[in-house]
Amino acid sequence: MQRIGVFVCHCGTNIAATVDVKAVAEALGHEAGVVIAQDYQYMCSESGQELVKSAIREQKLTGVVICSCSPRMHENTFRKAAASAGLNPYLVEVANIREQCSWIHKDIATATEKAIILGKAAVAKVALNTPLTSMESPVVKRALVIGGGIAGIQTALDIAEAGFDVDIVEKNPTIGGKMAQIDKTFPTLDCAACILTPKMVEASQNERITIHSFSEVEDVKGFVGNFTVKIKKKARFVDETKCTGCGLCTEKCPMKKVPNEFNMGLDNRSAIYIPFAQAVPKVATIDPNYCMMLKTGKCGVCSKVCSAGAIDYKQQDTIIEQQYGAIVVATGFNPIKLDKYDEFAYNQCPDVVTSLELERLMNAAGPNGGTLLRPSDKTHPHTIVFVQCVGSRCDDEKGKPYCSKICCMYTAKHAMLIREKYPDTEVYVFYIDVRTPGKNFDEFYRRAVEQYNVHYIKGMVGKVTPKSDGKIDVQASDLLANEQLHINADMVVLAAAIEPDKTARPLATMLTTQMDTNDFFTEAHPKLRPVESATAGIFLSGACQGPKDIPETVAQGSAAAAKAIGLLCKNSITCNPCTAHSDELMCNGCSSCEKVCPYGAITYIDKEFRMPDRTTKIRRVASVNPAVCQGCGACTVACPSGAMDLSGFSNSQIMAEVDAICK
Amino acid sequence: MQVNENFEPVIVAFCCNWCSYAGADLSGTNRLNYPTNVKIIRVPCSCRVNPMFILRAFQKGADGVIICGCHPGDCHYTSGNYFTRRRITLLYSMLDFLGIERNRTRLEWVSAAEGAKFAATMQQFTEDVKALGPNRRLEDLRCRKQ
Repeated sequence: MQRIGVFVCHCGTNIAATVDVKAVAEALGHEAGVVIAQDYQYMCSESGQELVKSAIREQKLTGVVICSCSPRMHENTFRKAAASAGLNPYLVEVANIREQCSWIHKDIATATEKAIILGKAAVAKVALNTPLTSMESPVVKRALVIGGGIAGIQTALDIAEAGFDVDIVEKNPTIGGKMAQIDKTFPTLDCAACILTPKMVEASQNERITIHSFSEVEDVKGFVGNFTVKIKKKARFVDETKCTGCGLCTEKCPMKKVPNEFNMGLDNRSAIYIPFAQAVPKVATIDPNYCMMLKTGKCGVCSKVCSAGAIDYKQQDTIIEQQYGAIVVATGFNPIKLDKYDEFAYNQCPDVVTSLELERLMNAAGPNGGTLLRPSDKTHPHTIVFVQCVGSRCDDEKGKPYCSKICCMYTAKHAMLIREKYPDTEVYVFYIDVRTPGKNFDEFYRRAVEQYNVHYIKGMVGKVTPKSDGKIDVQASDLLANEQLHINADMVVLAAAIEPDKTARPLATMLTTQMDTNDFFTEAHPKLRPVESATAGIFLSGACQGPKDIPETVAQGSAAAAKAIGLLCKNSITCNPCTAHSDELMCNGCSSCEKVCPYGAITYIDKEFRMPDRTTKIRRVASVNPAVCQGCGACTVACPSGAMDLSGFSNSQIMAEVDAICK
Repeated sequence: MQVNENFEPVIVAFCCNWCSYAGADLSGTNRLNYPTNVKIIRVPCSCRVNPMFILRAFQKGADGVIICGCHPGDCHYTSGNYFTRRRITLLYSMLDFLGIERNRTRLEWVSAAEGAKFAATMQQFTEDVKALGPNRRLEDLRCRKQ
């Protein structure tokens, strides 16, 4: 005989304002099997939980239904409460009458009616719930960080600090990411390299951190606590263990016309290269697209000059396989391509540059050794126009709908640095809004306007036209003065929107994590679980989750590390007990379920059955490994004989919910 | 066909736990309205939805059934939504064969970040089902309310 308790939450006025909670409790009290139906102000509070616990004890409940917020919010809270009162936690069901009822409906009568139906469905389901016990699965005490920018470095350092082994996988030949390309940081104007490179070195010297540079994640299998990851170490044609990073090969290499990615293609590098002087690991890499030896078999200069004998033209990609307990994604961002923005003449005029290109032009290690010169004729620019929101906050297909967040601040920084170093240069900034939330950010922007006399003009740039005399005509509107402007500029700097790295999308598929429409990783909860993905054991660090500046990235990197450490500290974790199971009497061993299982959790065993005539017969039947099964339910639908079912979401339970809703 | 203004369809929505159910929660958090006709059943993955459940809903008097899952490629279980897509395609041809309006069943991809899409989809689906009128062909009259 079922003894079900129903508990309806007011959630202050969140539910009670649009749902008549007393009527819901009253109506559900009449359902078959329900012995107690109560409402309470805040069911999730200490006293609310106590109400549930005492009812379980006093009424000897066999099932509990909580009508409250989303089960994604408080299902665990109530399961724990039930467990502490001696009821199996999986005998608790939550009817979502807040997010999926009171918050979306305005009419009290219909919302109450809907809440009652949702409650009835939960009661019908809980009557069929069975007690489930979780299995324990061991945790591999090693973490993987994907991406070696400042986010990944910070995460790896923090995890290593806690005493766990960490591997960093970086697709480029060196770690450091975007921050390594930046000259100065806002709002303190300290040198990016000076604060980043010590961290890079620290990461490389930490005995708990292994850096797989020039490597990519090929495949991810497994689940929280026990991921198996294949990492492809791309052939760099240089033996990492032998190369001393002396750089002689890069000097002697005859092929010197390769666009230098690190300097945003503003100068050239050799076919064998070390991205920049502080690269970690400081090891040369041969670019097979340009190396004469690899392309034609004729050259071999680098091999001749290398005293360490590190050059290996026959090197192949290698795959390493490693187990990890936790994975942190730190794949970062890139500025968008500006091909679609013909109006800014980016592809026609070399003096129209992006902000990241300007960083390199102003950097002491950049193509001009830190002197700001126009890329076209290497002359000093006297008038510079900055264009904000190029592709950000854009409502058409060309750009991104979101604010890229960092552009207002780095443009203020650029403007200030230029005015500081070259007081004779006039700087104009065209903006839609100046957004400066952040510690000391607005003060920084105001300094650019008031102290450095940067001309901030509210308005959009309509057209950028390169002129025959080498100057650039910038046509814009000043929205506050309501007039059209023509500025005769020497350089134009475009604050291109930022987007997630292209590798993030395939990675999300491998990790089975969710992304939003802009390809940023989705966090498990936007406010309360900002560094975890919805997939257990996968954490998010840095700009892969959304546009971020450096302090925020570092903070999130450390937060993700803390979450990963929390997981790695455990010797074992509780598995989800909602797994598939096969009714051996009904199973005909057809293999349909095995084919659809994405985890390989289903195997076949020969089982002895006693027949009615007392003989025994051996039959092949499906057997689910509950430690591997993740409970998707694909097999339950594939099974033609109906032998396969899913605990917690069984056929009869879902049917009961359907019936309750349709009744 | 004459549209009965007072007809309030019963709509069952199966939402996968990882994307669409979270999307539905998000539309709630953002207070995006959609009709009360839609009642959501949470399933771990859209591939947990047995076509039998859909037929059962129609038999018991549902006027429309919508299945929501993660976008192709985004499935929490890697490939579940691909199975759903195939199964629902097969179900469509069976519904055609039975003479049941195809528009009473719908498969939609809604991610956890698409609260607005969820609300808009439910709004649209309810209107579509309203226009179709009550489900008569598959409803088991013995199941009808007394």
